[in-house]
Amino acid sequence: MGLQASDLIILALTIPLFTGAGILLTSRWPNIREGVTLTGSILLFATVIALLPHVLDGERPTWELTEILPGLKLSFTVEPLGMMFALVAATLWPINSLYSIGYMRGNKESNQTRFYLCFAIALSSVIGIAFSGNLLTLFVFYEVLTLSTYPLVTHAGHIKARDAGRVYLGILISTSIGLLLPAIIWVWHLTGTTDFVAGGILKGHIDGPLLTLLAALFIFGIGKAAVMPIHKWLPAAMVAPTPVSALLHAVAVVKAGVFSVVKVIAYIFGLEILRDAPGIDWLLGIACFTVVVASFVALQQDNLKRRLAYSTIGQLSYVVMGALILAPLSLIGAALHIVAHAFGKITLFFAAGAIYTASKKTDVSQLNGIAKRMPWTMAAFSIGALSMIALPPVAGFLSKWYLLLGASQSQQYMAMAVIVLSTLLTAGYFVPIIYAAYLKDEDAEQQRDHGEAPLPMVVALSLTAGGTLLLFFFPEIPLELAQSVGVVSP
Amino acid sequence: MTMEHLPALQVVLPLLAAPLCFLIPNNRLAGLFTTLVSWIVFVFAILLVIATRDGSEIHYAFGGWEPPWGIEYTVDILNSYVLLIVSGIAAVVFPYSLTSIKREIPESQHELFFSSMLLCLAGLLGMTITGDAFNLFVLLEISSLSSYTLISLGRDRRALTASFQYLIMGTIGATFILIGVGLLYALTGTLNMADLAVRISSIGESRTLQAAFTFILVGFGLKLAMFPLHLWLPNAYAFAPSAVSAFLAATATKVAIYALLRFLFTIFGIEFSFEAMQVHWLLMPLAVIAILFASLVAVFQDDIKKVLAYSSVAQIGYMLLGISLFSVTGLTATLLHLFNHALIKGGLFLTLGAMAYSVGSTNIDSIKGLGKAMPLTMAAFVVGALSLIGVPLTVGFISKWYLILASLEKGYWPLTIIILISSLIAVMYTWRIIEKAYFQPRPEGSIDVSEAPMSLLIPAWLVIAANIYFGVQTQLSTGLATNAATMLIGAPN
Repeated sequence: MGLQASDLIILALTIPLFTGAGILLTSRWPNIREGVTLTGSILLFATVIALLPHVLDGERPTWELTEILPGLKLSFTVEPLGMMFALVAATLWPINSLYSIGYMRGNKESNQTRFYLCFAIALSSVIGIAFSGNLLTLFVFYEVLTLSTYPLVTHAGHIKARDAGRVYLGILISTSIGLLLPAIIWVWHLTGTTDFVAGGILKGHIDGPLLTLLAALFIFGIGKAAVMPIHKWLPAAMVAPTPVSALLHAVAVVKAGVFSVVKVIAYIFGLEILRDAPGIDWLLGIACFTVVVASFVALQQDNLKRRLAYSTIGQLSYVVMGALILAPLSLIGAALHIVAHAFGKITLFFAAGAIYTASKKTDVSQLNGIAKRMPWTMAAFSIGALSMIALPPVAGFLSKWYLLLGASQSQQYMAMAVIVLSTLLTAGYFVPIIYAAYLKDEDAEQQRDHGEAPLPMVVALSLTAGGTLLLFFFPEIPLELAQSVGVVSP
Repeated sequence: MTMEHLPALQVVLPLLAAPLCFLIPNNRLAGLFTTLVSWIVFVFAILLVIATRDGSEIHYAFGGWEPPWGIEYTVDILNSYVLLIVSGIAAVVFPYSLTSIKREIPESQHELFFSSMLLCLAGLLGMTITGDAFNLFVLLEISSLSSYTLISLGRDRRALTASFQYLIMGTIGATFILIGVGLLYALTGTLNMADLAVRISSIGESRTLQAAFTFILVGFGLKLAMFPLHLWLPNAYAFAPSAVSAFLAATATKVAIYALLRFLFTIFGIEFSFEAMQVHWLLMPLAVIAILFASLVAVFQDDIKKVLAYSSVAQIGYMLLGISLFSVTGLTATLLHLFNHALIKGGLFLTLGAMAYSVGSTNIDSIKGLGKAMPLTMAAFVVGALSLIGVPLTVGFISKWYLILASLEKGYWPLTIIILISSLIAVMYTWRIIEKAYFQPRPEGSIDVSEAPMSLLIPAWLVIAANIYFGVQTQLSTGLATNAATMLIGAPN
């Protein structure tokens, strides 16, 4: 193709926006409108794929949009970690759109144009986050993502949705302005730049307890990573329609959070200087704490989506943990986990939404014997659950393997213990669901005759379940990208 | 020919247009005439900015009477910048008012409204451009008296008490300024600002000078609504007609800040104001209190105009904070915020006016459900609110960035935290409004509302769009503000 790599960046950023405009223009004809969404999402996928060979060749395409103030630029650079994140989002958007069509129509949701429009804007900002070349750009798109997903969270429009929206916006905005922004300003004040550079930019500018404080500002300021105690917004966001929970609150938004954490640790701090920071183990401890506690809370949830949400909180902290173990191998594990968890968790959410659409069931305790009625859905659910537990032959195994390797390499026995413990806990909250679905008999009194959910939803969840399996057998591309994250290029 | 008399025309044109406007029998014609004048004045201001942006000064002796005897108008980069803000806002608000007053002011008083707007504009421009301390007082009174009239035109009867309250406070302020200027005249024998500056610098320790300084500081403090002298402002903004709220919020306090800067830096001089009088240690705590408390008070208001008014008090706190940091960056932040806040509050008041036009009230409960009924207006309000909060890519971010830089330069990091906290409070008070508009249905039994007319939407969106344009293309605003700040404080050393 005659397109330069930087043109591809522009395309990747603008395709979702044009899609959004198309959605607005065709709002009167739902079939054409959904056609626009699907076309846009597939075009985005193709564009991101076209960028991949450039990055694998060691190229780092960049594009500068504008310079707001001297030294403060909006600029984009594609490096392996961002490439991976963009790839995950761009792969799952078309599948999720397919699923949304089934879900939104199956449940006769209102305001569908606004729904698809906000989705497209959110995707554009996800690409912006993934490709951001400096902290300012990251921050801008991070906020756009929060604002554009707010109408999605509050989609239902009732009082409960509004209150959940308040929690969502309140936590995300206050942490980003109150903690993340000062951290960014601090970095800028210290170094005069906010660019992401492999190996970090802070070396020699800051050390001692202040360094730990700065790291803490970033980790808690990036509220989307949902490290406790900044996690409440995620269960609150579950009030949204399931496709939103699936793509945004299992993939795009939360992954934007942990992606930013990994990016900041690898490209702003650098692993080296953080190793000497006093008390950095405490931050790791908080991540470990989140993993364990979130798993315990998940055990107690009867609402399926809430259980999945707490599971997400735990899994996200794996990524933060992987970055904070500060070993190259665990960083690979963290990067891989972004991909592996995305495919697994979106499958689980798809399944939860499919169950709801077909049977209107929302609670774990209602799922007895449902596998007979929805064999495809429950098969996909089981694959997703296996990936969460991290058993071979599913993608989750790979990332956890690297996390364990990294932890043992840097002798973080606490982290190793946490990984093992939480694996047991994860099995503890997923296996009963699978057991009940396959082996228990249906409850007599609440029987309602239903089969599988609408076809687009079943196709979508089968695709992501298949992806989870494929990632285990063909992990070359994500692995290659993960291995070059934060590596100083010669 | 015209170019030469530009500084005079800048003020004389609206001043003469005011009585002429009153003579025009047809309301519609009078309105169009007012609009035309505001546009011409805006062009004049642009020409003056172009003429002075390289740092040169224009001196204009009124009626050919040279300075110690006559009144001199002096234009430099600082006041041409302020002229640009004031006339630019006027050029948008005046055409907006043609529609907005239809449902707020009885037809018989439209001429009065237009004439008063022109007088107010003339007064504000004159205060900015003049190089004579007494002339400044006179023009201040012209703008104040006309703004009392304008506020009292509000449809709520409380507008009368609000106007009266402002009249009392404003008159006290103006009297203080007059006393201060009088003392200066007694001390130096001149009223020309440039001469005053030269003579004051050679006076040394003087009780009279200190008294004059204090009177002038308090006087302008009242006019610019410095905490705790801000009590007149919330009512005045809340009960005035929409166009008046927008115009005054965007310009009147800004001009008072300009005048304060002129007195502090040019007339009294840095040495006296900041070293002998230590004025920054007075301004800083007051600014911090204004930023925090006025923001908090804004959260609990039920009238949206009052929310915005208290937020204005807090924003004025930002400007004073910039002055109190006493550095080129701090002063740049102040000047930038002069420009940016005019765009933010101007835009917000204009969109609010469009809502009030449709639903007839600015109470927070009356805008329930407008998200669906007036999507374009509410979208403008959301963008304005984001700018007020200081989200990147809006002008609000640019001012806050400079202010934070200035506080870090001095090592005052607690100020940085205060600025961020107040941004969070801004999220609270704007989101309360946005939530009502988008999440609650229209009240039972209320009339059907539809989108505001284009004649209101276009001016409102113009100012709101400027919030984004100048948030991304910052060369013009930061360039002018930095140059003006450098001129006031001297080159950074």
